[in-house]
Amino acid sequence: MDIQLKRGLLDVCVLAAIKNGESYGYKIIKDVKPYIEMSESTLYTILKRLELAEMLTVRSAEHDGRLRKYYRITRAGLSRIAGFKEEWREVMSIYQFVTKEETQDV
Amino acid sequence: MCKREFINILRERLCGLPEKDVEERIGFYAEMIDDRMEEGLSEEQAVAAMGSAQDIASVILSEIPLTRLVKEKIKPKRRLRTWEIVLLALGCPIWLSLLLAAFAVGLSLYASVWAVAIACWSVFVSFVGGAFGGTVAGAVWLFANAPFGLLVIAAGLVSAGLSVYAFYGCRALTGGIGRLTRELLLGVKRCFLRKGERNA
Repeated sequence: MDIQLKRGLLDVCVLAAIKNGESYGYKIIKDVKPYIEMSESTLYTILKRLELAEMLTVRSAEHDGRLRKYYRITRAGLSRIAGFKEEWREVMSIYQFVTKEETQDV
Repeated sequence: MCKREFINILRERLCGLPEKDVEERIGFYAEMIDDRMEEGLSEEQAVAAMGSAQDIASVILSEIPLTRLVKEKIKPKRRLRTWEIVLLALGCPIWLSLLLAAFAVGLSLYASVWAVAIACWSVFVSFVGGAFGGTVAGAVWLFANAPFGLLVIAAGLVSAGLSVYAFYGCRALTGGIGRLTRELLLGVKRCFLRKGERNA
């Protein structure tokens, strides 16, 4: 997959993983895993980027005698997801056009 | 490898980098390992799932911007004494010009590498020009002097063929320089690690 495309998709996947309530690093990796491969280093970079872009907020809370970071989506994060859906509606219609051409060829 | 060993390797390999960045990252990996262990993995398995600590250290180094590293390095660890400030100011014509000269030498060496790439792309452009010019001029000459016209067309076609090879050559060269740039940047960043820890 194209690197730029994958980068954009990873951002949205992480946002989608926290859109229904706050989550933590390992859970995000597990939730996203069936759809897209993501290493710990990659997740850290994405979380940092999204935090800087104010698309999510971070808080530390005690869990089982240790600190764990929890990530919560912001309004900007939600509108990023909405923008993604809008963009991909167009992409999907182009995809259908392209694959229709292919089936006619065969 | 246990969690403590993994974290120690990371800390050693990143020694000299901005402490806040390093500690934040180490905290992130420690949390990931703890969460895996909570799910039932053994400590060894949880650490193994992170991948190699050396690779992680390299990734971290490549992600911290060079400007941050420079800023961290030149920030005095303690308040400078008056005589040190006076000495720095007085020595400025020497150390500043030496620093600028070193920077300029490095920059010109790097620019010369790109100059080679630009020269190669120019060769490609001239082949393309030769291909178009040769075929068009040859076609015109065909009417006045047929053998000469054919020769010019042939030269144009040879030029077109060469341009294809030149294109792939130039593209590979440009990609190579791009990779070289990334390696170079990582090498420069490694200079900011403390002595003895530069094998990140």
